[in-house]
Amino acid sequence: MSVRIRVIPCLDVADGRVVKGVNFVDLVDAGDPVEQAKAYDRAGADELCFLDITASHEDRATILDVVRRTAEVCFMPLTVGGGVRSVEDARALLLAGADKVAINSAAVSNPQVIADIAEKFGSQCVVASVDAKRWSEDDANSGDANSATSGKWEIYIHGGRKPTGIDALEHAHTMERLGAGELLVTSMDRDGTKAGFDLELTRTIADNVAIPVIASGGVGHVDDLVRGVTQGHASAVLAASIFHFGEASIADAHDALRNAGLPARCSIN
Amino acid sequence: MSICAEKIALIDYGAGNLHSVYNALKAAGAHSVEVTHDAHYIAAADRIILPGVGAFGACKDALFAIDGMIDALEQSVRGGAIPFLGICVGMQLLADTGVEHGMHKGLGWIKGNVRAFDPSETIKIPHMGWNEIRLSKHHPLAGNGLLLSGEAYFLHGYKFDALDESDIIARTHHGGTVTAAVGKDNILGVQFHPEKSQHYGISFLARFLQWRP
Repeated sequence: MSVRIRVIPCLDVADGRVVKGVNFVDLVDAGDPVEQAKAYDRAGADELCFLDITASHEDRATILDVVRRTAEVCFMPLTVGGGVRSVEDARALLLAGADKVAINSAAVSNPQVIADIAEKFGSQCVVASVDAKRWSEDDANSGDANSATSGKWEIYIHGGRKPTGIDALEHAHTMERLGAGELLVTSMDRDGTKAGFDLELTRTIADNVAIPVIASGGVGHVDDLVRGVTQGHASAVLAASIFHFGEASIADAHDALRNAGLPARCSIN
Repeated sequence: MSICAEKIALIDYGAGNLHSVYNALKAAGAHSVEVTHDAHYIAAADRIILPGVGAFGACKDALFAIDGMIDALEQSVRGGAIPFLGICVGMQLLADTGVEHGMHKGLGWIKGNVRAFDPSETIKIPHMGWNEIRLSKHHPLAGNGLLLSGEAYFLHGYKFDALDESDIIARTHHGGTVTAAVGKDNILGVQFHPEKSQHYGISFLARFLQWRP
């Protein structure tokens, strides 16, 4: 066996509260990210991701408090993304107890921030977000391999609202070269659709970089996680709603991966 | 001395994951953990833990730059047989040399070198994620229950090649065999992150806190 495929639940956090609910029955406060993190820790999640979608920059103290309280009780790697723009932002999160920071918009407007954080704290803590959308709307769901724009994706920033004109694969290469330790590749076409990952996007990037790729966006079933690895060549799979709404457990995800012959953790240890 | 009364020194040399290790030691039952760069405190500690994330050279420089630190460690760990645990880069620093961003000398407590993974099409670098802990058959620390077989969380781009096979307590696999834990007398080093390895890691730390080499 080799290194296990990581199953990573992602929680959207705004103003210190989880935005989408989780239906774990034993939670004291289902809106508290720390309670949910503890539940995922008990369930044997391989890592956890908090995405801070708080609109205003003034509320940074709130997410730092959430991270601090989570790190006291959860003993698995924690990635925090959303609003990380500088070495100082990264330092504050790491000191609060995050293990990695995910950087999205700032990596496009100021790619040097990736290099600065990697140099200061090591590449292992730098996750570069690659939020990508197929160039042509028409191709988004057809998967037509013969189309002229097939195999091309554009980087979007600001939560997928703003196109940048930057080619996704080129951006992935830039992030790797600047020192990112891994890439979080999210399909803007698939995000929220439950239609499965954009496997061609995932594979195109994973096959062309030496660092691990986390597949994200569109998971509706545990089989989508399996395909993210077998066909998307991802090293890790991230999902939100299937776990939060109890459609699948972490153990279901591990079982599905293992049943497909992939390395996954075999028990909550 | 009971575990409650023991003074545990967690060496602060600027490594980023101090608080995670601190929290994990608390969860493992430690009462008195001091995050410190005070060589006097370290010289008087009952157990010493050297954490580490980041690059070998930068960590080594930061550690060696602390006034009196290396003398205190040499006296306590090598001279005084105080239980010592190095984690990740903290384990790698036990080696003679490391070649991350240039050639650097380590503590030289466990014979070996730290080098990059061999380039390969089939593995991703860094080695990131949960992987198997496979115990060596003959190492005493593998036989005494201090380290158990199981799965633990790894995160590293360089690996420890031990010159003396008998110093290897456990191995894992990533594009080839990778040293997962080394040990000699009262000196223990783990490549994985116990503070990020859920129950496996916390229970290991609890056993380290009870360990009488």
